Amino acid sequence: MIFRRPRKPRPTAQPDIPEGLWIKCPGCKELIYRLQLEEHLWVCPQCGLHFRIPPDVYIQFLFDGGIPEEILGMDLYAEDPLSFPQYQEKLERARKRTGQPDAALVYTGKIGGIPVVLFATDFRVLAGSMGAVVGELFVRGAHLAIERRTPFLALTSSGGGARMQEGILALMQMAKTTVAVNELQDAGILYINLLTDPTMGGVMASFAALGDLLIAEPGALLGFAGPRVIQQTIRQKLPPGFQRAEFLLEHGLVDLVVPRHELKSTLELILRLLWGENHG
Amino acid sequence: MAVLDFEKPIIELEKRVQELTRLAEKHPEIEGELQEIRERLARLKKEIYSRLSRWNRVQIARHPDRPHALDFIHGMLEEFVELHGDRTLGDDPAMVAGIGRMGPIRLAVIGQEKGKNLKERKHRNFGMPHPEGYRKALRVMQLAARFRLPVLTLVDTPGAYPGIEAEERGQFMAIARNIQEMLRLPTPIVTVVIGEGGSGGALAIAVADRVMGLEYSMYSVISPEGCASILWRDASRAPEAAEALKLTAPDLLRLGVLDALIPEPQGGAHRDPSKAIRITRDVVLRHLEELQSLPVEFLLQKRRARYRSFGRFRVKTADEN
Repeated sequence: MIFRRPRKPRPTAQPDIPEGLWIKCPGCKELIYRLQLEEHLWVCPQCGLHFRIPPDVYIQFLFDGGIPEEILGMDLYAEDPLSFPQYQEKLERARKRTGQPDAALVYTGKIGGIPVVLFATDFRVLAGSMGAVVGELFVRGAHLAIERRTPFLALTSSGGGARMQEGILALMQMAKTTVAVNELQDAGILYINLLTDPTMGGVMASFAALGDLLIAEPGALLGFAGPRVIQQTIRQKLPPGFQRAEFLLEHGLVDLVVPRHELKSTLELILRLLWGENHG
Repeated sequence: MAVLDFEKPIIELEKRVQELTRLAEKHPEIEGELQEIRERLARLKKEIYSRLSRWNRVQIARHPDRPHALDFIHGMLEEFVELHGDRTLGDDPAMVAGIGRMGPIRLAVIGQEKGKNLKERKHRNFGMPHPEGYRKALRVMQLAARFRLPVLTLVDTPGAYPGIEAEERGQFMAIARNIQEMLRLPTPIVTVVIGEGGSGGALAIAVADRVMGLEYSMYSVISPEGCASILWRDASRAPEAAEALKLTAPDLLRLGVLDALIPEPQGGAHRDPSKAIRITRDVVLRHLEELQSLPVEFLLQKRRARYRSFGRFRVKTADEN
């Protein structure tokens, strides 16, 4: 007899916005019309599952006017410091698919009239993992926020944590980005983490955990060790909802879980309360 | 004593030398043969240890008889008081922390402890800390800073523990906080990777002014087994992954992640633990003395600059594409 580990539904495993006019929700298996999903900000109208969406789609509904004023980072390209197997090819493929050089970009714009700098990681490029370019862009984004004295937001979708293909130098990005977090604090700049599905490993255990406020999307997988690694280590079933945003809220690890369609209004309120007009 | 595969021919020949040495006391006529075998042993050692693969080095770094954090602490310090608990939840035996004296220097020491035998290893959770371990480490580091003691951290962990409770109590938060606070801890910090540096769980006590590694230590973003199962869905290809990850101490020195290598006795610290500890003590003392002579503000500025400098990338202009 062959024992097969029961395949749990992985509702948020799709790498990208799916193609096609009709889309099957991976959560409730309901067929949904694409336009309807778009209108619902890629949240299933039946079961509330939050589809994984790239940063530019977030910008469309978070920023006033729906477009960024500037985009930084289109000129930064990763090196291959370890000559790691298949790294260049994987990066090249992701670049072709997304039209951007690496897994992060920095956007500037306004939210509720308040200028902000937003750094975002992109799951479509090597699972949003943090290598040298991602680390450097976080630092540049933070410095821009300090220079302009605007709040700094970090939107993360980084299942990969620190990027294996850049080895120990990727691990060092955890400390490099944290230097910038401390600089934000010293400068009195408000720093908010927007944690989306999934944010794990070295990203979650560095800059993504260190904002003044941590806001998570419903159902987002957030944690240090991946569920598979934990399961292999402890050899028992993980409790339902383990490492999801609501689990973190219950354990006091995030401030808020905010559904996508309330994200902009919540951010506007928080920015007004914490940042206000003093800084405007 | 555990013997690694590639060590076997050496250990066998060593036994033979021992036997013959004993025999030669009564039979001086075999002196010549003994001398020849001794030379052969020296040649064999040189040959084997000069051609170690990265995987061999990982095996040495993880060797069960390798001196662990408490061996270093007791061997390097004349006085030591272990301190316990994170003041919140409990005391984590995987993380050892305390204050003590090494020669002329009073200091705090933090270290991950793997344990010596199976019972101890279980008690120490194989050197894999929970969040409370990291919180204890930070508490003692901050205590040290308040009383102007420098901090020495000894890294030896497969990684932060991947378990349900560890996640519930905020493993990611504990690691992030340690990195954050170590970057601004107003006292000198010296880190020595004594064995295995397992990813974020290692970095959480390894943000320092000087980061050194023993010659046969390793430090990696992911274990070779984990890397192999991601790349090839086959953990048994760990030796190949070790090559790809460039995780040995000499690799790390080249990449600038280690500032210095601490030489080990031939074959690794497990072959002569007290010598390895003595050498380490000398190097650590020298660095601590040097760092203590520097103004703290300067130290912190250099520390930040050290970590800001990591990572290589290219800036491409539009017409390059």
